[in-house]
Amino acid sequence: MQSESRVTGFFTDSTLCIGCKACEVACKEWNGVPDDGFRWSGVSYDNTLSLGHSTWRHVKFVERQPEIGRGGNAPQGITWEFSSDVCKHCENAGCLESCPTGSIIRTEFGSVYVQPDICNGCGYCVVSCPFGVIDRRPDDGRAFKCTMCYDRQKVGETPACAKACPTQSILFGDLDELERAADRRIAQLHSAGMTDATIWNPKESSVGGTHAFFLVRGDPRAYNLPANPEMPTKYLKPAWTSAAAAAAVLVVGSLLAFAVGGRR
Amino acid sequence: MSEPTYHDLPLLKPPVWTWEIPLYFFIGGAAGAAAVIGFAARVNGAKPSLVRDARWMAAIGATASAPLLISDLGRPERFLNMLRVFKPQSAMSVGVWTLAGFGACATGAVIAPRPLRDVAAAGSALLGLVMSTYTGVLLGVTAIPAWNAHAATLPAHFAASALASATSLLQLRDHDEPALHALATLAAAFEMWTGFQLERRQKPSNVMRTAGVLSGPLPLALRLLGVKSKRARRVAAAITIAGSLVTRFAWVEAGKTSAAQAMRS
Repeated sequence: MQSESRVTGFFTDSTLCIGCKACEVACKEWNGVPDDGFRWSGVSYDNTLSLGHSTWRHVKFVERQPEIGRGGNAPQGITWEFSSDVCKHCENAGCLESCPTGSIIRTEFGSVYVQPDICNGCGYCVVSCPFGVIDRRPDDGRAFKCTMCYDRQKVGETPACAKACPTQSILFGDLDELERAADRRIAQLHSAGMTDATIWNPKESSVGGTHAFFLVRGDPRAYNLPANPEMPTKYLKPAWTSAAAAAAVLVVGSLLAFAVGGRR
Repeated sequence: MSEPTYHDLPLLKPPVWTWEIPLYFFIGGAAGAAAVIGFAARVNGAKPSLVRDARWMAAIGATASAPLLISDLGRPERFLNMLRVFKPQSAMSVGVWTLAGFGACATGAVIAPRPLRDVAAAGSALLGLVMSTYTGVLLGVTAIPAWNAHAATLPAHFAASALASATSLLQLRDHDEPALHALATLAAAFEMWTGFQLERRQKPSNVMRTAGVLSGPLPLALRLLGVKSKRARRVAAAITIAGSLVTRFAWVEAGKTSAAQAMRS
């Protein structure tokens, strides 16, 4: 397989996810990611709760009231939907722009990759990610997140999570091909009556779209997928304008003050 | 019905920075403003002892800043990786390079051969302007709502705080030029206005309010009394320094609280 300079991505179809967490396990196995604590969260069947330094795939368990057309587990009186979350590999990536060491780079596959031999754990990417994905691992000191299995892609292999997914809920492939597949899938679901199925891919926001996008049902916010994520660099202009104005006042004010009242 | 959330779990990760970072915001800011004051004093032929103290303050502040920043890194031994690249779109990259240059100039301004000192001091004043403002940019240009909501005011807010602390530190070194008093009064007035703006936008935390009172109305009132009373000036200076320090801690804390609450629409 030709593996050079393809722009690849993940298309995660929640309607096919059965919540087995094989993706979480495969990711940890392949990438040598340490455990993220063996704790009962009490939040549905979700004991990892969010993506983080040691959780690069995260299966969400969305619980809602049953509605007509969206059945559920009758005895519990809820519906259950599952969705495997992952780093979004943003088109405009906050972590990448903020990284002062150049550790975070855009790979030839279009993914966003943290070079572990460069990262010095400054923590600025953590506050620059609009999706709360990347985090600093306390005992290691460096920042970690999904690599989109850069090493596997280098040799033409599918990322571990997509390879392990037993229902093809996680699709990996060329990004434009995946987007066409998503459109076909939505049309199919809508014609079958699942009219609340939507694609989450914030192309209209300052993030400019993501290389990992999702098919979910209803309001994406129920999956902790924000409707209007923001690229932090949109604040560069107002912030530096304020800094420039303040600097001007500082220097002119000081010179004036000492010109007038510099002696006791 | 309220907006849907994922089990009310927050979306964002809280900042991992510990006490070193807000302490650096205070020290680096004060050092930067001290360099500017030292330059203005020198240009206008002020007392040499004031110029010397301002330059030493800049040099000591710059020297203390580096270990604070390095010790907060997850991998302190890799601090030099900060100087691998320069990225203008990363406020931290801009800040690191600024601190490196500022440290060299501010140190040169006190230990270089005498003819070079004024040149180094001019360089440290120029970079000092960035030192006292960029930390506001650093917080403003992030995904943290409590920070980016104030992206257009944080740099000026931190600059005023830096100016207030530098003038106050010099006053506590027994420099009593009216220029210092005037600059400190101006900064306190600006901080009071900033505090009002914050109150209007959302209810600040108790720490933030404390920082505001110690930076704005309290020193401003004492400064106005202090036109006649040296004792009032000195008390105002001490309070201002505390206020400037608490301000930086309050803002970092606000970021942590904000990330824990953020469920974005």
